[in-house]
Amino acid sequence: MPRGYHGLNCPGANIAQTKRGIIVRKVIIIGSGPAGYTAAIYAARANLSPLVVASSVEAGGELMNTTEVENFPGFPEGIMGPDLMTKMQEQAEKFGAEVVCDDVVSLDVSGDIKTVTLGRGETHEAEAIVFATGSAPRKIGIEGETRLSGRGVSYCATCDGFFFREKVIAVVGGGDSAMEEATFLTKFASKVYVIHRRDELRASKIMQDRAKANEKIEFVWNAEVIDVLGEDAVTGVRLRDTVDGSERDLALDGVFVAIGYDPRTHLVHNVLDITEHGTVWVDGRTSKTSVPGVFAAGDVIDPTYRQAVTAAGSGTVAALDLEHYLAARGDAGAPAQDAALIDGLPTPA
Amino acid sequence: MTAKATSESTWQQDVIDAEGPVLVDFWAAWCGPCRMVGPILDEIQTENPEKITVLKLNVDENPQLAMEYQITSIPAMKVFNKGQVEKTIIGAKPKFALEQDLADYIG
Repeated sequence: MPRGYHGLNCPGANIAQTKRGIIVRKVIIIGSGPAGYTAAIYAARANLSPLVVASSVEAGGELMNTTEVENFPGFPEGIMGPDLMTKMQEQAEKFGAEVVCDDVVSLDVSGDIKTVTLGRGETHEAEAIVFATGSAPRKIGIEGETRLSGRGVSYCATCDGFFFREKVIAVVGGGDSAMEEATFLTKFASKVYVIHRRDELRASKIMQDRAKANEKIEFVWNAEVIDVLGEDAVTGVRLRDTVDGSERDLALDGVFVAIGYDPRTHLVHNVLDITEHGTVWVDGRTSKTSVPGVFAAGDVIDPTYRQAVTAAGSGTVAALDLEHYLAARGDAGAPAQDAALIDGLPTPA
Repeated sequence: MTAKATSESTWQQDVIDAEGPVLVDFWAAWCGPCRMVGPILDEIQTENPEKITVLKLNVDENPQLAMEYQITSIPAMKVFNKGQVEKTIIGAKPKFALEQDLADYIG
């Protein structure tokens, strides 16, 4: 592509709008991370011609914001996250998946035929939906964080680390992504604090060891960020000691928040059953949600593992489940396409 | 007409001395969200050739300007008018949201 843009090849408006009641797809996949694209590969290979709604600005999902992926099988030298996602998209398209870079703004799954409305206003219909919207970085939930977001508060080290050359910054969190961000940020920053609420890390041993061995990284244990300080730009954070409750300020130029992820379920609240973890409920090890014909996969159903590989596996489960579902429907009577015509659904205004 | 590139050497004439509003997209190749918002800005330029000029500034190649305008997160989009920053948009957004943000210029 021109001018050095080399992201996912994503058509803006090339997907023909299906006419209500005339063309009903077999399946629409919402999401374009490892779960969405793997479901698309399987569904496409099963001749289901899936439409993948990939998001207008987050196509490729969370891996688009990572650097080297070292634990995806088949890549012993590692692979860059964006490259991995580009390959997954290519693989899905090779077998006939259509990818549209737009956002789902509303979803109607109440009937036999599911309707998806996109940001540009088009509607698409399908017999089945795979919901694979992943998760979004969790916010601390304090006033200064929102006010200074993009002004020193960041959720993406690979995006914003560059701007903190020779600066003093902090990473908030104690998991793998916090360790990865802290280690990555030492390429730029002169000093990286890791602020964690407890006195031990959740991160895997290899990630911990890497961070602890880095002389630019200093751990701040048992500390909770209760405010981000600064008028127009971050000047520091206010910390509260989780043991004795004492407060102190730490001077900083930037704060990278890496405290976890929340499943992206806003489209399906009050539509699909949600678990106590906030994930979409599925039946056992299947991808079947509380609504027939709606399957869910990836981080949006997974409060525990949340890996590229487990998401891909989960996408496979969804594709196989929906194949069975469609086959059973086919056996039960007329194809859905005809049913929609017979029902005489009104055409949209 | 899609968005053109600008740089430190052409900044004065492209942006500061320009007639009419200029939207500058501060971006880098390693920034995933930038890659997504780039084509959207191209579309906005193509659809509004008379109303606004959209330019792209690679922060890797032009670090001085990124520092001067206190960029700490990209994509960052700034609308310049008569050499002054009139509006700042931080983070990738869908097209309709960017169009809303830019309604004063392209509405």
